[in-house]
Amino acid sequence: MEPRIGVYVCHCGSNIASTVDVEEVARFAQDLDSVVVARAYKFMCSEPGQQLIKDDIKDLGINRVVVASCSPTMHEPTFRRACYEAGVNPYLFEMANIREHCSWVTEDKQEATEKAKALVSAAVKRVYYHQPLQSREAPVNANTLVVGGGIAGIQAALKVADSEHKVYLVEREPSIGGHMAQLDKTFPTLDCSACILTPKMTLVGSHPYIELMTYSEVVEVSGYIGNFKVKIRKKARYVDEDKCTGCGLCQTKCPWKVDSEFEAGMGKRKAIYTPFPQAVPNIPVIDKEHCAYFLSGKCRVCEKFCEAKAIDFEQEDKIIEIEVGSIILATGFNVFNPTPIYQYGYGRLDNVITSLEFERIVNSSGPTDGNIVLKDGSTPESIAIIHCVGSRDEKYHEYCSRVCCMYSMKLAHLIKEHTEAEVYEFYIDIRSFGKGFEEFYNRVLNEGTIFIRSRPAEITNIAESPEEEGKLIIQFEDTLIGRQRRLPVDMVILSVALEPQPDAEAVARLFNISRSADGFFLERHPKLDPVTTMTDGIFVTGCCQSPKDIPDTVAQASAAAAEALAMISKGKVEIEAATAVINEKLCSGCQTCKLICPFSAISFDEEKEVCRVNEALCKGCGACVGGCPSDAISLNHFTNEQIVAQMEGMLV
Amino acid sequence: MKYYSYFPGCSSEATAKGLGLSVQAIAKPLDMELMELEDWTCCGSTPYGSLDEREAILVAARNLALAEKTGLDLVTPCPSCFVTLYGANLHLKQHPQLMGEVNEALAVINLDYHGKVRVRQLIEVLFRDVTPEVIASKVKRPLNGLKVAPYYGCQMVRPDYGFDDPESPQSLDILVNNLGGEAVPYPLKNRCCGGSLIIPEEGLALSLIRKLLENAVENGAQCITTPCPLCQMNLDAYQGKVNSKFKTNYNLPVLFTSQLIGIALGIDPASLGLNTNIVSPSKVLDYISKVKQGVNSGT
Amino acid sequence: MKSFVEEVAATPGGENIRACIQCGICTGTCPVANEMEYSPRGIIAMIRAGMRDEVLSSNSMWYCLSCYMCTVRCPRGVKPTEMAHALECLANQQGFKVKGTRTPAMYRSFVSSIKGNGRVHEFGTMFRYYLTTNPLAALKMLSVGLKLFLHKRLPLIPKRVKGKQDLSELIQKFGEIRGSQ
Repeated sequence: MEPRIGVYVCHCGSNIASTVDVEEVARFAQDLDSVVVARAYKFMCSEPGQQLIKDDIKDLGINRVVVASCSPTMHEPTFRRACYEAGVNPYLFEMANIREHCSWVTEDKQEATEKAKALVSAAVKRVYYHQPLQSREAPVNANTLVVGGGIAGIQAALKVADSEHKVYLVEREPSIGGHMAQLDKTFPTLDCSACILTPKMTLVGSHPYIELMTYSEVVEVSGYIGNFKVKIRKKARYVDEDKCTGCGLCQTKCPWKVDSEFEAGMGKRKAIYTPFPQAVPNIPVIDKEHCAYFLSGKCRVCEKFCEAKAIDFEQEDKIIEIEVGSIILATGFNVFNPTPIYQYGYGRLDNVITSLEFERIVNSSGPTDGNIVLKDGSTPESIAIIHCVGSRDEKYHEYCSRVCCMYSMKLAHLIKEHTEAEVYEFYIDIRSFGKGFEEFYNRVLNEGTIFIRSRPAEITNIAESPEEEGKLIIQFEDTLIGRQRRLPVDMVILSVALEPQPDAEAVARLFNISRSADGFFLERHPKLDPVTTMTDGIFVTGCCQSPKDIPDTVAQASAAAAEALAMISKGKVEIEAATAVINEKLCSGCQTCKLICPFSAISFDEEKEVCRVNEALCKGCGACVGGCPSDAISLNHFTNEQIVAQMEGMLV
Repeated sequence: MKYYSYFPGCSSEATAKGLGLSVQAIAKPLDMELMELEDWTCCGSTPYGSLDEREAILVAARNLALAEKTGLDLVTPCPSCFVTLYGANLHLKQHPQLMGEVNEALAVINLDYHGKVRVRQLIEVLFRDVTPEVIASKVKRPLNGLKVAPYYGCQMVRPDYGFDDPESPQSLDILVNNLGGEAVPYPLKNRCCGGSLIIPEEGLALSLIRKLLENAVENGAQCITTPCPLCQMNLDAYQGKVNSKFKTNYNLPVLFTSQLIGIALGIDPASLGLNTNIVSPSKVLDYISKVKQGVNSGT
Repeated sequence: MKSFVEEVAATPGGENIRACIQCGICTGTCPVANEMEYSPRGIIAMIRAGMRDEVLSSNSMWYCLSCYMCTVRCPRGVKPTEMAHALECLANQQGFKVKGTRTPAMYRSFVSSIKGNGRVHEFGTMFRYYLTTNPLAALKMLSVGLKLFLHKRLPLIPKRVKGKQDLSELIQKFGEIRGSQ
C-alpha cells in the first residue's frame, strides 16, 4: 500500500514553540514527498492531540505517522498506542525529537527552526520505509526474587507472598534483619526497633510462599523480563538446617571469640554463631576463617555438645538455580567509616565513636547491656553529637544522608533517658521533614539538649587549660554567635553518612542496572518511577536506591511489590519487536554474530549450519548487524534502507 | 645527576641565610645540580598578593618566564615562594585572558610565558627524585636517635597539591628517620607559627609560637626541624621573646631540614650556616658526636 | 551595577563563595578567628548581604596568615584564604582605611621594597614599616634585630639586582594595559 504520511508538529506549550517556529516547520513538512497532511498543535500528547491523529487516519487514509515533539522515551508509547487504536500498526510511527535535541539546547530561533526542519524531513523519509511489525508476548513467570533481607526486602517479600505467589528471599548474612535489627529505638515514635521488626522476620521465616535462603548470594543472572534464570550460591553453614533445633548450646560452648559484625565491633561473638538472639533462621553458621577446626584441625567442641548431631564439617557450598519473572533488589546501605577525617580523631582518640556503634551501646541487648559508658567503664558527664560526618562534603559524599538529623536527635533523647549527661548537638541545618519529625525536634529541645549551629573544625585531646585536661575538646565556631569556642566533653558521637554498599558496582553489573553519580542504584525516573530501573523486570527499593528512613523504606518496598504483582497479575509481557533477523540464504555459518551478541541471543543450528536469533532474548542492540561479514543480518525497524533514508532526509 | 632551575627566595640571603647555604651544600652530594635562576626577582609572596593580585601574578610570572627558557623544573626551598609561584602558574594556565595580558607586558622586557614550567618544592624533590632511601645510603654521621620534632608549618603542605597529607603529613618524619634521627610524635606539627604577622601582631604570633615550642618539648624533642624560612625565624629568633613574655625557658635549637641533612651527610657546620642559628645548635652537634664516640669507645 | 557578591566572585580567589553553607568549619579552624572583627564565615554572610563598606573596612582579612587550613577543611570547595586576599586587594585598591591592624602598612613596605630593589630587603622593609607606623615600637624590636644582625642574617645594604630595572618596566607596562581597559 502506498505510504500516506501525516506529520504533526507539537508546540509543547512554549517549550518548543518559543524557540522553533512550529507553523513554519509544519508548512515545510506539507511540501515533502508522500506527506498528505501536516499540522501544528499545542499539546500533541493530550487527548485532543491524539484525536487529531486518529481522525486523519480515518478521514484522510493516513497510514504512516510522524510526530515532531519531545523525546521518544517520553511519548513514543503514547503515540504508538494512538496509531494502534486507530487501526495503524504502531511500528508505522516515527518520532522527531525537536525538544530535547533542538528547542532545549539553543536560544537561536533561526538555527532551531532549521534543525527542526531537518529532523522532520529525516523522520518523514525514514517512516516511508517502516514495516508493520508484530510485537510478541512472553509469559511471565509468577515467581519473584528478592535480594536482601533487611526491612526493605522483608516488606517486599511479604507483600508479594501474601498474594499467594512464590518469593525467593536471598540474604548474604546468616540471618535476615539488616541494619534495622541493630538499632535501639526508632524515631519519631521511639518504637523499639527489634520489637517491630522481629514479628515481620518471624512471618517471613514461616510463610508458606517464601523460600528463605540465608547465608546465600546471587552469582549469575540471565534472561529477560518475565523469564529470568538466576544462580544462587548457598554458602556452607557447616550446620545441618534440618537437624538443628536452635538450642544455642554450641555457641555457649565454643571457646573462640571474634569481633561481632552485628555489634559494630563493640562486642564479641563466637566462631559458631547466630548474629543476634532473634535471628531468623535461628540456625548458627561456622565462620570458617576463625574456627579452630578449619584453621588447624583441632577443637570440634560444638560437635561434641550438639545433641541433634547437626554439626557437619563436610558440608559444601551449593549452587541453586531458580527461575523468576521479576527481581527486587533491596541490598541496603553501608555506614561511612570516618577514619579518613583525621581531624575528628576516629580511630586515634578514645571515646570518639560512630552513631551505629553508639546504637549498640545504648541497646539493652548490646555489649554494655544498655549502659552508656566510656572506654574505661566510667559514665560520661557530657556527650557531643556531630551531624553530617561524611555527608554534605565534597571530599566524601556531596549528598545529605537524610536520616542523620533525626537519628542524632533520637540518640540525644536516649542519652537523656539513660543518664544525667549534658548533650550537645552540633548541626548545620536541622532536617526534620517527616510526619511527627518537627514535633520530635521540639520534644528534644525541651528535654534540655543543647543545639549548637556549627560544623566542628576538630576534636583534640591537647588541653589548653585545666578544665580541658583529660577530655575531648571540640574546637568550632558557634555560628549563631560568631565566635570560635572550645568545648570539653567526655564522648563524641559522629553521625555518619549512609553510603552505597562496597560491592554496589559488582552487584549493578551482575543485574545489568545503572548507578547514579553518588553510587546508589539508579531509578528510571526520580519522581514518576522511583522503583523501576532501566532494565525491565528488575526493581530497586530501600536504601540501595538512596538513603531513607524506615517509614519511607517500607512504603517503597510495598511499591516494588506492587510492580512485581502487576506483572504477575497480567501474566504476560510485551517483547519489543525491533529484533535482529538472519537471512539464512546469506548466512555462511561463521558464527561471528554469536560471539558478538552480549545477550547470548544467537544460537547455531548444527544441521543447517546457519545461525538463528532468539527473538525473546534479542534486545535489538545491532551489534551482530555490524559484525556480520556477509551482511546477512538486518535489524527490524533499523534496516539499512531506513537509516540511509533518514540520513538523506537530514541533509535537507 | 639531576638538573634543576633554582629559585632561592629573598630570605635565603638574609634572615634565612642558613637555608641558603645548607641547600647549596647538600646539592652535589645528593647528585642535584641547582642552577640559580639568572637575575631572579622577588616572587611577591603573600603581601603582594594581598594588595594587587593581578600585579602579583605578573611579578611571579617574570620568574616563570625566565625558568621556562631553561626547560628545567623550577625548584624552591621556601614554601611561601612555592605557594606563590605554583599558584600564579596555575592561575595563568586557567585564565587565558590574564595570560595574554601578562605576556603583552612581558614582551616589553623580551620575555614570554606559555605555562610549561613545573614549579616544585625542595622537600618534594628530595622525596620523589632523590628518595629517602638514597639519602639514607649517603649518611656519614647518623643522627643516632636524636629526637627531632618535624615542623611542617602551613604552606609546605597546604593547599593540598598532591604531595603530603595536609592534616597529618609524614614526609619530614620519614626523612628524619632515614637520617638516623627519631621523629617524635608532634601533634601541632602542621599548625601555624604566626607567619608574617610576627611583625604587625607580635603578641598574637608569640602565643602561637609558644604553643609550638611547648608541644615539641612535651613530646621529648631535643630540637625542631623545619624547611620554612619564616617558621625558622619565628621559632628560633623569637624564642627569647617567648621566654621573656611567658616566663618560660625554652632552649630548643631550630634547624633547617637542609641543615639537618647536611649534618648527617658529614658536611662541616660552617658550610651549613650553623653559626647563623640564634639558639645554638651546639647541643645537637655534641649529642650526635657524643653517642658516636660512645660507640667507638665501647668496641 | 554589579552586586558586591558578583564583585568578589569576579576577583581572583573569590570565585567559589556562592557555594558556602555557613557551616563555620573555616572559623572553627582558624588560628586567629577570635582576633578578627568578623569571622571568615561571618564575612561571607556579610558579602552576600551586600555589606560592602563594613566588610572592606574591617580588619578581618588582614589577620589571615594564609595557613590555608580553612581551605583544606571546607566541605564546599570555598577558598576562604584566597577570598581574604581578594578582599584585601579590593580594600587596598579602593582606599579603605582599616582600624585595629597594622598589617596593611607592613605589606605596603614589603611591596615597595620589592619595587625599589627587585628583591625584598628585609632590614629596609622593617625600617620603613616602623617609620610609618610606630617608631617607638622599633625599640622593642631591637633585641631580635640585633640578634639577627650579629648572626649575619640582617644585611643593612640591599643587594644590587639587575632585574630591578626589568621589574619596573614590566609593572609600568602592565599598568598601561590595565588602564586602557
